[in-house]
Amino acid sequence: MSKGQSKAGVAAGSLRNRLVITLIGVAAVLTLLFYFVIRAYAAQIALQSQDNILGASVTAMLDAAIIREGVVKVDLPYAAFSMLNTESDDRVFYAIYENNSLLSGYTDLPLPQRESRMSSTYRSGTYLDVPIRQVTASRVLVGADTRTRITATVAQTQDSLSGTLQRIARNAALYGAGFFSLAVLLAIWAISSTIGPLKRLTESVARRGPQDLSPIVKPVPTEMVPLVSSLNQLMQRLDESFTQSEDFIAEAAHRVRTPLATVRSHAEITLQRVDKEENRQALRSMIRAIDESSRAAGQLLDHAMITFRANQLDYQPIDLVALAREFVRRLTPLADMKDIELRLSTDETVMVSGDAILIQNAVRNLIDNALKYSPSESAIVIQVYATPAPHLSITDEGAGFPDDEIGMLTGRFARGKNAAGTIGSGLGLTIAQDVAAAHGGTLSIGNTKEGGACVTFWF
Amino acid sequence: MRYILVLMLLFWAAQVQAVEWEDQQLFKGQSGARTLRVISSTDTAIFAPVIESFLQSNPSLNIDYKVAISADIYSEFRKNPDQYDVVVSSAMDLQLKLVNDGFAQPVEGVAHPEWAQWRSSLFGFTLESASIVINKAAFENLPVPDSRQEMIEVMRANPDTFSGRIGTYDVRQSGLGYLFATQDARASETYWRLMEIMGSLRTRLYCCSGAMIDDLANGTLVISYNVLGSYASAREDVADKIEVILPSDFPNTMMRTALVASKTLNSGAATLFMRHLISSRWSNPDSENIPLPPLTTFQDNSQQSIIALNPGLMVFLDDMKRKTFIDEWESAIIQP
Repeated sequence: MSKGQSKAGVAAGSLRNRLVITLIGVAAVLTLLFYFVIRAYAAQIALQSQDNILGASVTAMLDAAIIREGVVKVDLPYAAFSMLNTESDDRVFYAIYENNSLLSGYTDLPLPQRESRMSSTYRSGTYLDVPIRQVTASRVLVGADTRTRITATVAQTQDSLSGTLQRIARNAALYGAGFFSLAVLLAIWAISSTIGPLKRLTESVARRGPQDLSPIVKPVPTEMVPLVSSLNQLMQRLDESFTQSEDFIAEAAHRVRTPLATVRSHAEITLQRVDKEENRQALRSMIRAIDESSRAAGQLLDHAMITFRANQLDYQPIDLVALAREFVRRLTPLADMKDIELRLSTDETVMVSGDAILIQNAVRNLIDNALKYSPSESAIVIQVYATPAPHLSITDEGAGFPDDEIGMLTGRFARGKNAAGTIGSGLGLTIAQDVAAAHGGTLSIGNTKEGGACVTFWF
Repeated sequence: MRYILVLMLLFWAAQVQAVEWEDQQLFKGQSGARTLRVISSTDTAIFAPVIESFLQSNPSLNIDYKVAISADIYSEFRKNPDQYDVVVSSAMDLQLKLVNDGFAQPVEGVAHPEWAQWRSSLFGFTLESASIVINKAAFENLPVPDSRQEMIEVMRANPDTFSGRIGTYDVRQSGLGYLFATQDARASETYWRLMEIMGSLRTRLYCCSGAMIDDLANGTLVISYNVLGSYASAREDVADKIEVILPSDFPNTMMRTALVASKTLNSGAATLFMRHLISSRWSNPDSENIPLPPLTTFQDNSQQSIIALNPGLMVFLDDMKRKTFIDEWESAIIQP
């Protein structure tokens, strides 16, 4: 668990977008298919009706053919052509053949090569450079001693047909567009109703408090049950591991501090008893080493606890002024022993929201540092103000930070060059820095003009 | 080789000379640079006002106006489709056939009723009825016929008055006459009975309405059948001598139609002329441009008797059908 910058998951495409693209793509394909099928079907029907009329015209022409005095006559009925009248005034061409010689009509109208000579032949082609539809049929006339085949062919341009087709195509396109829009709306609705439970699950997980590692019990769609089960298992394991960590930290603090305190009190008692100066000296350095170990252990545990808590801060309203005043009250006896004056300069109240345990820890470490590095007969000023942003600063009158090391002092176990003679683990600034970062604030370190160190904790 | 060339020249000359022009006149615009070639079956005198009003608004054009009978116009234009820009004719069937066979180009953007145009290429701009025209003086003591049936009756009752003094179109020559005859025959059997009677009374045959009206006015004819009433009404000089009767049973009504040649090199000018012809006649029926009845005349009442512009018109142009019809007609009207 690091400092919390990689909390967001890595996104590889969006489920919603994928659904949108798939559903709309399918709708588009279906719409196009619909359009082309309708158009092809309409074209077929329109062509069929033109064929029917042309066929009727040919039949009327053939029916009018008779043999009179051995000569074939075709008395064209008026209807044969007037029935071919169309909305677009299509042009009409025709030809009548007796066996293979032209009786009447357009000489160069091509006669289709025919497979079955009895049934009607329908073909599309061009005549006089315009597209035509042509129907050809024939009939056998039986005279006194002859059999004559009469073939009639009628062709018509396709202006009206293409007009009809254009109209149908336009309507089909309109309907298609309508269906497509409807499909898109339905797809959007379907997608949001599908994504809904996932979103609700996400929200309910995100809304949980930092200590809430209880399993998710709300019913979810079948497909999401494995995910929720895994999530529940993971949280259970986390819960267990957190509990173990807390137990371990508490245990370690207890186990290390208590024996050290015991050893220290024995050493002090022994110091009272021995008279030999060299023995007393040895005992004093022993006590100092014990203090150092005790303090280092405390800070290590603090640091461990901060790292543990930083990922799940327990936010509460805290009055910084009250907190600072409490420290001053508690530490004044210790400061008096070193002839150091603790001065407090504050607003009325400065309320911030934060994890009380962590902030207390950070402030205690900072004041400890200041006490440690302050010469006797000096003052430490603690200022708490709400503007420009809530902050707490601690200024001493010691030697200050070495200018060239300010940037690296908050590193773990880093100690300034001038700290050689002082007890410390190098974790104090690190702890304060981690707490500030966990609260979204900063810790600024600098020196005053007179040379003292000044550390400001910004929220 | 030389002979061939001479022969070709002769042949070409023969082709050019093939049409008998009734009239030819060049109307000059004020600054006439290009000449629009119009062939028409309408007499120059009747058509001149519309040409002049066109040239007034388009002074950079000339109009070469040639008049022939409708059948000649058809055959001449088919032979030399690139020699003419606009074709005006009263024979609707022949005009429709020209359009059907691709000799005309569409004129776009003309507001014209659907029933008075075909393929946006052929536009009707007058409505003229086939009428019975009589010499007033000759009918002083006779009942004036109001229909074909009454005409048959009056002729049958007075053979001496009518013998040799009845006129009608020679349908073999006149395209319009053929159109009227075929439409008559389609409509009623009365037509053939009328032809039988007229044949028995030695009917005179004419190429054109104008000649018939002249003969009616000077008393050569007593009655003529299927004359263009519009022509007769337009002739103010004979107005007191003749009377135009619209047959009450069914008046065949034709539209004078115009088309722009597909091979014209003056497409723009020809289109302008067509627009002028059509719109001035349709949108402004009161204009005195042509003394012929405009389309609107008959709009309300007897539209059903207007010969419809549809492919059916081509039926009687079929060679076999035409031959059959003419044989029948000849056997009725030409009696020894």
